[in-house]
Amino acid sequence: MSAHPPFAPLPAALSRTARADLSRRRALALGLALAAVLLGGLGLMVGSEGWSLQALRADLAGDQAALILGQIRAPRTLGALLVGALLGLAGAVAQGLFRNPLADPYLLGSAAGASLAVVAVLAAGGLAGHAISLATAMWLERLGLVAAAFIGALAGVLLTLALAQGAQQTVRLLLAGVVVGVVLGAGADLLTTVSPEALRGKQMFMLGTTGYLGWGSVAVLAAGLAVALPAAWALARVLDALSLGEDSAASLGLPLPALRLVLVVLLALCTGLAVSQAGLVAFVGLVSPHLVRRFAPAPQGYTLLASAGAGGVLLLAADVLARGLIAPQELPVGVLTALLGGGYLIRLLHRRG
Amino acid sequence: MKRISNGCPALPLLLALLALLMMALPLRARADINLRDDRGVTLKFSAPPARIVSLLPSLTETVCALGACNRLVGTDQWSNWPASVKTLPKLGGLEDAQVERIVALKPDVVLAARSARVIERLESLGLKVMVLESDTHADVRRTLGLMGQLLGTPAAGEAAWAAIEQQVLTAAARVPPARRGQRVYFEVGAGPFAAGEASFIGQTLARLGMANIVPASLGPFPRLNAEFVLRAAPDIVMAPAREVAAMPSRPGWAGLKALKGSACGFDEPRYELLIRPGPRLGDGALLLADCLAGLPPVAGKVAARVGGPVDEPAPAK
Repeated sequence: MSAHPPFAPLPAALSRTARADLSRRRALALGLALAAVLLGGLGLMVGSEGWSLQALRADLAGDQAALILGQIRAPRTLGALLVGALLGLAGAVAQGLFRNPLADPYLLGSAAGASLAVVAVLAAGGLAGHAISLATAMWLERLGLVAAAFIGALAGVLLTLALAQGAQQTVRLLLAGVVVGVVLGAGADLLTTVSPEALRGKQMFMLGTTGYLGWGSVAVLAAGLAVALPAAWALARVLDALSLGEDSAASLGLPLPALRLVLVVLLALCTGLAVSQAGLVAFVGLVSPHLVRRFAPAPQGYTLLASAGAGGVLLLAADVLARGLIAPQELPVGVLTALLGGGYLIRLLHRRG
Repeated sequence: MKRISNGCPALPLLLALLALLMMALPLRARADINLRDDRGVTLKFSAPPARIVSLLPSLTETVCALGACNRLVGTDQWSNWPASVKTLPKLGGLEDAQVERIVALKPDVVLAARSARVIERLESLGLKVMVLESDTHADVRRTLGLMGQLLGTPAAGEAAWAAIEQQVLTAAARVPPARRGQRVYFEVGAGPFAAGEASFIGQTLARLGMANIVPASLGPFPRLNAEFVLRAAPDIVMAPAREVAAMPSRPGWAGLKALKGSACGFDEPRYELLIRPGPRLGDGALLLADCLAGLPPVAGKVAARVGGPVDEPAPAK
């Protein structure tokens, strides 16, 4: 969180540190852009054959170059970048909104809602004719996993909002989120006991996977990010004001409950979109804002955008690693993000401790 | 997903590519094969597919049983029968199938089970995916028929089912009369999960004249309370050999009568054969019958028929 008063012009005495901060911010932005380009290139190269230039040359020469590189690797690479960006942005919004460095995008019931919906779709086949009618099962299957996860995530957040009676109080909102998470999670567990074949699919969803991202997914994700980034930029000043404390923010004349509600909706949309396309990818949303704040402390506007960038780079890196490490098999990308992100947090704690 | 991919910018490109491919095909007089898979989707083939990817062990077995093993170019990681498929590329499981490798194999058709997300992705990449259910005997029969048509050998599909029927009849004849009608507990997982009357295993058992402790109303493979099994006191227990060996150490199970001589433990390959609803259904029936025939004679029951109950105390007068 920013150490500077956000609105007042910087006093002259601070200008040297301010200049240093500014150059660090530029360096981070440049570094992230470079990493994204480099990893993007790697993402086109690394596939089921691992990191082999020879295999890449063979792929390019083969008649399937357009299909494998153009239809599988390219959308997957871009998709990982976009999912990561959405999660990073959502994480930064959550941490700013709740003024809590432990807040993550899955806080308000979106993760539990999405997994419940996914499990319901997966279980529909098994339960058809027994516990639910065939028509319901058909309807659930037609809905598909992606749409179900998105709707589930939004429904989870709406339930949280309803339980907290809007976004009046932060603590109430957080508690409601925890309760909704527990209850919906229990619902999903109940479904898997009745229909155990849904377990494997649920596990893949919980681990997160970038393997199914196509151009359709990329288009949806890009559209979402194109809406979310400007909205977040516009709301950054609210987060700046909130970082001074709720009372100070209110004394600035900001209509806090309404603005908080808008921020929660933004958070839910970003998370729902990311989760529906790639599952519950762990830790990206939590770690990205930390990374950004640590390297370049800045007002919220910068932190939000840079967190999106850091999230994208982090998930793309994990995706490239997931594809290449044990090729031709693939690691679940969520396992790698948890390892990378968790490892970084442990190091951070160790240093501070 | 379909709605999303309609808006996909690369779709026209893909369609153009497909159109080119179609034009490149020789314009022979084509006997089109039109098949409806278990989703109700109609798939069109101009010729029997020469390159097949199977993402389910029972479908791999079906392809091989119909004599088309050499047309398989890749399978899921669990397919291991017949031995020749072990050397084929392994493409992951249903939930983590490796899209890129499947596409690189250029299959004419991908065989898969329902509820795999990979189906949507493969279809959007222009592959034909045939979704086949195999939950019951009727499913196995239909799958054999469909696969026979797909492979251009409809008679083989019919013949394979007829052979299964014959094997089941042979198996039923092998079950000792004293065992017939006894109640079986077939464990498919230490949950304990059981194969009930509604499962294909339960159907096979029924064809052999055996009863099941798990009624159809509980669903095909319900997770049971261990107490349910004890209370039901099955006459016969069937499970993997190592589970049978461990059963007496489960709380309260030591007293289960079936564990004293009336338990069928199957080693890993045989157990796998039993739990795959495919062309080896008949072999499975024979395996079950042989196990039943190998159990010690039912002393109590025979005695009961001849001269009244032995193991019940005489009513005090």
